[in-house]
Amino acid sequence: MKGGRNQVELKQVPSESTTALLRELVSHLRQHRTQLREEWAQRITEARLLTAMTKEEVFAEATSVYDNYVEALETGTFEALQAYARNLSERIIPRGVQTDEVVGIVLLLRDVLARSLFGRYHADFDKLNRILDAYEPAANRIAITVAVGFVQERERTIREQQEAIRELSTPVLQVRERLLILPIIGVIDPQRARQLTEQLLRGIRTNRARVVVIDITGVAAMDSNVANHLVLTVEASRLLGATVIVTGLSPEIAQTLVNIGVDLTKMNTVGDLQGGIEEAERLLGYKVHPVEKPEQTE
Amino acid sequence: MAVPILKQGAYLIASVQSALTDADLLELRNALVEMVGRYRSRGVIVDVTAMDVMDSFASRTLRDIAHMIRLRGAETVIVGIQPEVAFTMVQLGLTLEGVATALDLEEGLAFLDRGAKKMGRVVGATG
Repeated sequence: MKGGRNQVELKQVPSESTTALLRELVSHLRQHRTQLREEWAQRITEARLLTAMTKEEVFAEATSVYDNYVEALETGTFEALQAYARNLSERIIPRGVQTDEVVGIVLLLRDVLARSLFGRYHADFDKLNRILDAYEPAANRIAITVAVGFVQERERTIREQQEAIRELSTPVLQVRERLLILPIIGVIDPQRARQLTEQLLRGIRTNRARVVVIDITGVAAMDSNVANHLVLTVEASRLLGATVIVTGLSPEIAQTLVNIGVDLTKMNTVGDLQGGIEEAERLLGYKVHPVEKPEQTE
Repeated sequence: MAVPILKQGAYLIASVQSALTDADLLELRNALVEMVGRYRSRGVIVDVTAMDVMDSFASRTLRDIAHMIRLRGAETVIVGIQPEVAFTMVQLGLTLEGVATALDLEEGLAFLDRGAKKMGRVVGATG
């Protein structure tokens, strides 16, 4: 057991020569910073990566990526690079930069640096070999760190947007006192159905609604699970003292509802939204009549 | 008694204050059915705002109360079911069929008043 642990420790701590080699490597990279950076930026342009950014922006980003890259090589710690990668992703994701571009530029930098190492040590093959032994694992880790940072940031953005869309997708609107409408558009999946019910029941309570019109004109079809859920929502609303009118059922949905054997005495359905609102007004005791002599307003 | 029952004009108002045991529910049922006759009430409101759980026994008892009181010649409204409770109930199939429900006490009273007017039973009403 003890021996095994020692081995692991040996692996984690880079040996003295690796550290020395990395130090030599870093000083070489620092020395030729301007030249290598320019070569890298050139390669990025040639490979048509980061086309969403201007040449100056690419160069500015390349400079800071280069410095961070060298620093990660020198210190062997990736936290700073990780934070930088996240920060960079945050800035470039909204501009439509793709994952392959980010991975591509990091790999390009890796190539440029490796090429420069070949150039410098080609006379001493043995030394070159050892330098590459030290360089490659570190460079690979850097590439992975940047790529993972980018993907994570992207996923975070996607999650946030999904959340925002979900909240926007089920508005509960009050059109008259005691009358709510809930227009539903698009596909209803079980999660959205649950959220919809929650918002509706809460809306009934906060708006003290007596009648709710659920308009599903914008829903092309629903499976029997969701249809069942809709029926449950109607019944739950009744328990809160609100009458639900469902409008705009498509022929397909009507078939689904009949197939699952919905008790139609519990469901109040009207053909379209206008009819639904009129029915609701009747239930609430409103009477809408046009203002007399409308031509006078012209 | 676990549930206070107040007499308000022609109505009885039973306001549940906490979670009820099965025995409490039966006691509430018996008390309401008896008092409806004693006070010649026309409507009963059971306010369940404070109940955050409604199991099958509770919902069956509420339904029984409503049906028994109808047989005794009065109307019952259940008011104040919480949104979460409502959805859980329908998922369990406890839909309180044939029982009137309203959002809160105020709505329940309005419902009973409307019913009374429809039946032409309001004696000496101003409107």
